[in-house]
Amino acid sequence: MSSVPASAFLALALILFCIGLYGALTKRNTVIVLISIELMLNAVNINLVTFSKYGMTPSITGQIFALFAICVAAAEASVGLAILIALYRTKKTVNIDEMNTMKN
Amino acid sequence: MMENAWLIPLFPLLSFLILLLFGKRLKKASAYVGIIFTLASLIFSILVLFERFSEPTYMTKFEWLTIGDLHLTAGFEVNQLNALMLFIVSLVSFLVHTYSKGYMNGDERFPVFYAYLGLFTFAMLGLVLSPNLLQTYIFWELVGVGSFLLIGFYFNKEEAKAAAKKAFIMTRIGDVGLFIGMILLFWETKSFEYSEIFKAVDSGAVSGTMITLTAILIFIGAVGKSGQFPLHTWLPDAMEGPTPVSALIHAATMVAAGVYLVAALFPLFLASKTALLTIAVIGAFTAIFAASIGLVQTDIKRVLAYSTVSQLGYMMLALGSGGYVAGVFHLMTHAFFKALLFLAAGSVIHAVHTQNIEEMGGLWKKLKLTGPLFLIGTLAISGVPLLSGFFSKDEILIAAWEGGHPILFLLALIAAFMTAFYMFRLFFMVFTGEARSEMKHVHESPNNMTFPMILLGVLAIVAGYVNTPWFGSFFGDWLVDGNPALGHGHIEGPIWIMIAATVVSLLGIYVAYLMYFKRSLSRNWLSGTGDTLHTILLNKYYVDEFYQLTVIAFTKGFSYFLRFIDVFVVEGLVKGVVGIVQGLGKTGSKMQTGQVQTYGAVAFIGLALLAVIFALTGGYLR
Repeated sequence: MSSVPASAFLALALILFCIGLYGALTKRNTVIVLISIELMLNAVNINLVTFSKYGMTPSITGQIFALFAICVAAAEASVGLAILIALYRTKKTVNIDEMNTMKN
Repeated sequence: MMENAWLIPLFPLLSFLILLLFGKRLKKASAYVGIIFTLASLIFSILVLFERFSEPTYMTKFEWLTIGDLHLTAGFEVNQLNALMLFIVSLVSFLVHTYSKGYMNGDERFPVFYAYLGLFTFAMLGLVLSPNLLQTYIFWELVGVGSFLLIGFYFNKEEAKAAAKKAFIMTRIGDVGLFIGMILLFWETKSFEYSEIFKAVDSGAVSGTMITLTAILIFIGAVGKSGQFPLHTWLPDAMEGPTPVSALIHAATMVAAGVYLVAALFPLFLASKTALLTIAVIGAFTAIFAASIGLVQTDIKRVLAYSTVSQLGYMMLALGSGGYVAGVFHLMTHAFFKALLFLAAGSVIHAVHTQNIEEMGGLWKKLKLTGPLFLIGTLAISGVPLLSGFFSKDEILIAAWEGGHPILFLLALIAAFMTAFYMFRLFFMVFTGEARSEMKHVHESPNNMTFPMILLGVLAIVAGYVNTPWFGSFFGDWLVDGNPALGHGHIEGPIWIMIAATVVSLLGIYVAYLMYFKRSLSRNWLSGTGDTLHTILLNKYYVDEFYQLTVIAFTKGFSYFLRFIDVFVVEGLVKGVVGIVQGLGKTGSKMQTGQVQTYGAVAFIGLALLAVIFALTGGYLR
């Protein structure tokens, strides 16, 4: 049916994860950081789906797990954005460098 | 009664504890607590002494510690010497307690003073009851503590503080000798008990060199406590303490502890000719050495202090010459007349508020009771016939002569001349002539101060008659009864010794009379003020300065060296460790930026490193 090899999916997931990681670690804008985290989550989802099809023991569990992850990610994104808005209201900024109140 | 002798030291201890706990509340009444408890001790002591006259030595002991097959015992013993010492100590202590009520009146630390007196009396009485060296040593040190506290009683006075420390450290130096000697004896005889030690020495179980070594080491302890040369310098300085303390500790009891120790261990010393000779030489030298310093001192208490050192030298000379009875006899008479002299001196100081005899004079008419009492003490110590000092000094001179030490005998005779001279110099300067400075409100001391002096005055006169060449040597016979090793109760000596002693002491008095009363002989007759000899004597032969330059300078240098090591090496190491830990901590805390991204990056790098290691090593660190 398909001629796309598993390694291509994994490479896509890897690239996506690296972009996400890079964004999450370097970007100063909190919104971008949140988006980058979503990217990393989706890279994981791709891995899960890939292995459910091409893994040593293919099974549907991987896809179900991916669906779960998407659900949880949606919930997490909503909570994260809510916190972000609350933070913005108190700090009047979305710059992540200034969100270091845990230290003091 | 003798089986209850252990109660005697407990009374003053009880007084000490009560005053320690309730002294602040009792205030002036604390004097009565001290007086009543020491009176109880005195009554018990007298009963014990009288019982000991007719009954044999009582001794009891119980097992104290058992370590392996080592059995240490504790207990108490009432032999002749102990019974006599109990009586002397408790009597002088009682009198000093009574006297202090007047002398220390108005002092804000009045109850504390009585508490300390109680502690000291307890230690001293415990010391004289001890039947073994270990117990002796414990009380020996307690006596030192009591003395330290009492000398430093006026602790806001710099000199008193220094004197207290000096007394403690100097006697400690001697105590080290005593301690080593004690341990060596224990090592040799497997016992601390006097009787066991004497048995071992008698049977020849201990080698001759060992006996000499231990005897001399123990004598070093006695040298420290009894202020013998070269550890004598603390005693005159100890006069910074209150005068009753000087009478109790530095005249009658504690300084006599060294003599007592030598007397208590006399069979050990007898076994070594070398040790006896050492004692005799040190004693004779101290006697003349201290007497010569006493010639020029101007502080009334210091003159008496040097006279004490000198008289203790006499006792040591007697013991070293084998005159056990003579030494103990002089110990007793000296306790009475020297305590009397100190209490009378205290009464004078109480009246004129100065200790400098150059400022006194003409007090005979003003102090109607103190004056004659002081004269009695002076006559007794000078060895004027018919007073107690005459008989005991005579015994010592005979002992030195018969012991085969003609040179030491001569030294003792010269010291006797000096004693008579400086004591009468003191007497004439204080009590005769005109007052050399303005003195107001000179008054006789209250009754509770004069009563002890009167009692001691009577004793200073009659105490000698217990052991005389004329009326029999009851005291001496009793003292050596059942112990033939200690020598005879009375040593027969040539009659000229007694005559010589009398002539010498009268000569000393006469010279003092010419110089300080009639003034027909210039005070600068022998050596002028500012003269080399005078300066040397005034500066006490520069012994203190010598110690300052040698021992103390060396110790200080060594301690600076140690301080250097401590500051730069030890502290450097410690500071280095601290610095490293602090640096680590600071770097660590710098990493805690609060930036989530940094944490993330670090976590990621760590993970990546782990992955790389995993990849390179295949999962195992080899």
